[in-house]
Amino acid sequence: MPRIHIPTPLRQYAGKQPAVDVSGATIGEALSGLVSQHPDLRRHLYNDDGKLRAFVNVYLNDEDVRYLQKDATSVKDGDNISIVPSIAGGAASSHYLLASSNPNRTRLLAARS
Amino acid sequence: MPILTEIAPVTLNNDEILRYSRHLIMPEVGMEGQLKIKAAKVLCIGAGGLGSPLALYLGAAGVGTLGIVDFDVVDYTNLQRQIIHSTADVGRPKLDSAAEKIKAMNPFVNIKKFNTHLSSDNALELFKEFDIICDGTDNFPTRYLVNDACVLTGKPNVYGSIFRFEGQASIFATKDGPCYRCLYPEPPPPGLVPSCAEGGVLGILPGLVGVIQATEAIKLILGSGDPLIGRLLLIDALGMKFRELKLRKNPDCPACGKNPTITKLIDYQEFCGIRGEEVEAEVTTSEMQVEDLKQRLDRGDDLYILDVREPHEYQICNIGGHLIPLGDLPNRVNELDTSKEIVAHCRSGVRSAKAVNFLRQTGFKKVHNLAGGILAWADRVDPKIPKY
Repeated sequence: MPRIHIPTPLRQYAGKQPAVDVSGATIGEALSGLVSQHPDLRRHLYNDDGKLRAFVNVYLNDEDVRYLQKDATSVKDGDNISIVPSIAGGAASSHYLLASSNPNRTRLLAARS
Repeated sequence: MPILTEIAPVTLNNDEILRYSRHLIMPEVGMEGQLKIKAAKVLCIGAGGLGSPLALYLGAAGVGTLGIVDFDVVDYTNLQRQIIHSTADVGRPKLDSAAEKIKAMNPFVNIKKFNTHLSSDNALELFKEFDIICDGTDNFPTRYLVNDACVLTGKPNVYGSIFRFEGQASIFATKDGPCYRCLYPEPPPPGLVPSCAEGGVLGILPGLVGVIQATEAIKLILGSGDPLIGRLLLIDALGMKFRELKLRKNPDCPACGKNPTITKLIDYQEFCGIRGEEVEAEVTTSEMQVEDLKQRLDRGDDLYILDVREPHEYQICNIGGHLIPLGDLPNRVNELDTSKEIVAHCRSGVRSAKAVNFLRQTGFKKVHNLAGGILAWADRVDPKIPKY
């Protein structure tokens, strides 16, 4: 079975696991196996049109699947699939803290799952 | 690949020769390398978690001109990881505190302080004065701004980013290498990925990642070794695993591709979706001030206090609310009574605003967001509550 590595920010939606083993012969099948095991992950990985979000990259071993056959890229036992979302942390300045603590700047993202 | 824009005819005096002797006796650095380091001009964006080790090590190594951009002041919560600042610096500008430490360690460094918010108006002019830009910022608008300004000015972007116990590092925007937009064409919508202030960060991690950035900056200056161009280093401090992914230059990249559409700096707040939302949320969020909540509780009003933080935060402090973490709310919404008046709170008011919006969409009519969260409660109602 291929193994999907879950990055820290998304582990809370995957039963806090760092990696999940899934079945599937392609990247697309493996990812849909993952979101059927952990439905809360869906909105973090896919947009409303069912497309992988632009700030989430998927790697098969060390290669970006955008430069392979994307969803159709075939996977085999022992392959490592990594989900690599963008993270911005670095300084955690109080400016950003203030900016993000302004509730007017937030919107509903925790939509009904 | 020559990184330095100019190599001034620099020399080392006897004090400098003694100071840098462990570099000078290494064939990989030597006198030639040390003079390159002295001639180099490196700009650090941010004097925070990543900026602390970056600036300290670059200063110690003898980088001749070290620029720092920061407009923040030192806060108690910074000291767990921002090792360039000390307890006595709390309340002082980070720029002054950082410059003092570097100067004390190495008086031969010319420190240029920029007490400003890096913006589309000043980034290009600022970057032109330097050879290498080190990105130690903490938010997506500035990440994209730094990237685009590096692409437009042709300066390499030594990149590092952290979250909890995970880090990323790479070098973007070199002549033939990929840029940050090749990796991530678009930022996540605000709120979907928590910031360090919301999600926390292991204090040692910025040290690890910042030192990797400093190493890469020095390698670029020396023109030696195998720089992190076209590679994304993933650091998992908990598993202590380092993994490496291949990055490719995207020919269709809007910034560095064959037909770039980004030919000048844009409004990065808007690009990251931060502005448009203010209007949207203003109409839906009903806020309650902490003083009003106190008064109504004292009066004996039947209010349901909903605490949407995580259990480990509840252990730090609480005001007796019913704990349902934001992420669990959709599954546990049936525990709430629609007929009751609900006041939701979190640490600072961000997550509870999301909870309030969610509850309103679900059909709850009487829900308020406690403005400023438990931090405001600690400031203005009960000073015995610890702030975190």
